Amino acid sequence: MRAGAFGPAVQWAIDHQIRVGRYLGAEDFVAVTQAHIMADTESLGVAGVDWLEGWARLPEKQRRVRVPTITDPRGTDFAAARRLKHQPWMLALERRAIAAFEALGVLMTDTCINYQTIMPPVRGEHVAYGDTGVVIYSNSVCGARSNFEGGPSALSAGLTGRTPRYGYHLDERRRATLLVQVGATPRDLNDWGALGGIVGRLAGDYWQVPAVVGLERVPGSDEMKHFGAAAASYGSVALFHMVGITPEAQRLEDVIPVGDIRTHDVGEADIRAFQTAYAKEIDTVDLVVFSAPQLSLVEMRQVADLLDGRRATIPLLAITSPQVKPDADRMGLTRRIEAAGGTVLAGMCFYQSYAREMAEANGWKRLATNSAKLTNIIGGYGYRPALMSMEACVAAACAGGRIA
Amino acid sequence: MSGPVFYATAGMGAKVRAPALVAKDGFSARYDLDRIKGVFSRPQHRLAGESYVGRVLVLDAAKGGVATAWMLYEMKSRGVMPAALVLNAVNPIMAQGAALADFTMISGFEQDITQAIANGAMVEVDPTGERPCIRVL
Repeated sequence: MRAGAFGPAVQWAIDHQIRVGRYLGAEDFVAVTQAHIMADTESLGVAGVDWLEGWARLPEKQRRVRVPTITDPRGTDFAAARRLKHQPWMLALERRAIAAFEALGVLMTDTCINYQTIMPPVRGEHVAYGDTGVVIYSNSVCGARSNFEGGPSALSAGLTGRTPRYGYHLDERRRATLLVQVGATPRDLNDWGALGGIVGRLAGDYWQVPAVVGLERVPGSDEMKHFGAAAASYGSVALFHMVGITPEAQRLEDVIPVGDIRTHDVGEADIRAFQTAYAKEIDTVDLVVFSAPQLSLVEMRQVADLLDGRRATIPLLAITSPQVKPDADRMGLTRRIEAAGGTVLAGMCFYQSYAREMAEANGWKRLATNSAKLTNIIGGYGYRPALMSMEACVAAACAGGRIA
Repeated sequence: MSGPVFYATAGMGAKVRAPALVAKDGFSARYDLDRIKGVFSRPQHRLAGESYVGRVLVLDAAKGGVATAWMLYEMKSRGVMPAALVLNAVNPIMAQGAALADFTMISGFEQDITQAIANGAMVEVDPTGERPCIRVL
């Protein structure tokens, strides 16, 4: 590969992986079975799309990925782009990126919940996933092995079928480095996200692995999703353990090293304080967004149920995956949400879809969501977020944006 | 006249000299920056409102999502980017992004590098030697 026998794309990919692996202390490579690429065009920019197209123009034998390679959400939902006021140049750039990925043999799944909808990895499976929420869920809940693989590295893994063996591919990195004793089991998804955000902040950086104890029940998949996405977002955390719950931590001693470990207590007041810190100066919002991560079918039904018999009088966006959307259509959930004034979007994610430009074009400034991850990200795009329950978000949408 | 030198555990890219912009805070291109204007834009960030263009960013830890892996390359294509990144703790995304963009970055110090470098100091970041380092000039 390094000598160019497989063409320049593979040669670039293996060279890139060697540079990254050397920086991070990898001694060799590990074969991967899947790759997942984050590559919305707001991140890629024109330069990134040009770069992709350079590889896409290679002869077919030199440009195809060699393991199943899928994609994170795109920068728009083409069916709703006009309503979102996405500009023609954004759509043109998206189309160019999609064409380039298709030429590389990438499957355009456009989802950040592939572990709920496509092919969840199994315990011990080495993968090269992008999207921090995908990585942390796959590592922690599924017991798979991945580092955060940004777009260039995930594409490299797709092209070479391997990735540098460092970080969470190694047994020794998967031991807990801090213990979090939880005194209050969260109830709603925003509470799980808030707890994840707190745990992420306590962890502090990518190399820390929190072990959580004290939960009174096993969280469901959507609860794990919000917890993990927030921990990854606030702390750059890629792996957590829940003792007695997640597969590698059936007992505390499975993941806690011998000797002292820093320990933190988190209670109900911490979870409440985390959330009120965002909303304390906001009494009205301009829109409600359910996204980041994309909604499961179960979440879509929860939104539909909450909207039944009511009318959203500000924009309410329910954003799901292209895999869930047909089921939501078939089961009448899309119709129910949109009949109540909401908008169902698929294949995109709010913050990956030109959020700053949408804010300017639509006059959006204050945003309510039940996603702690979105709350953490969206401030950088000029929004003022409020983190609230799904129920409270829907109530605000139906009260002209006023927060009760 | 050179000042103190601080050694890192890893580095990549070319040697650069520029004024340091220092804060005990994290770094994510998506979360923290207005990449069009070239300023820190997340209100909670300690450098909110500050221009990062042409500065050596001396920060605590890489944060957030995977987008930075593309964004450094995109920022470089427009010339609206920092001169280098100096971090206490790096995550793989920063290494991946720096590798794609041929961007200068060093990380991993014996001391808290955000406390060791004064904001505004002229520094040289040298990832090319046997021991990557940041030198106060």
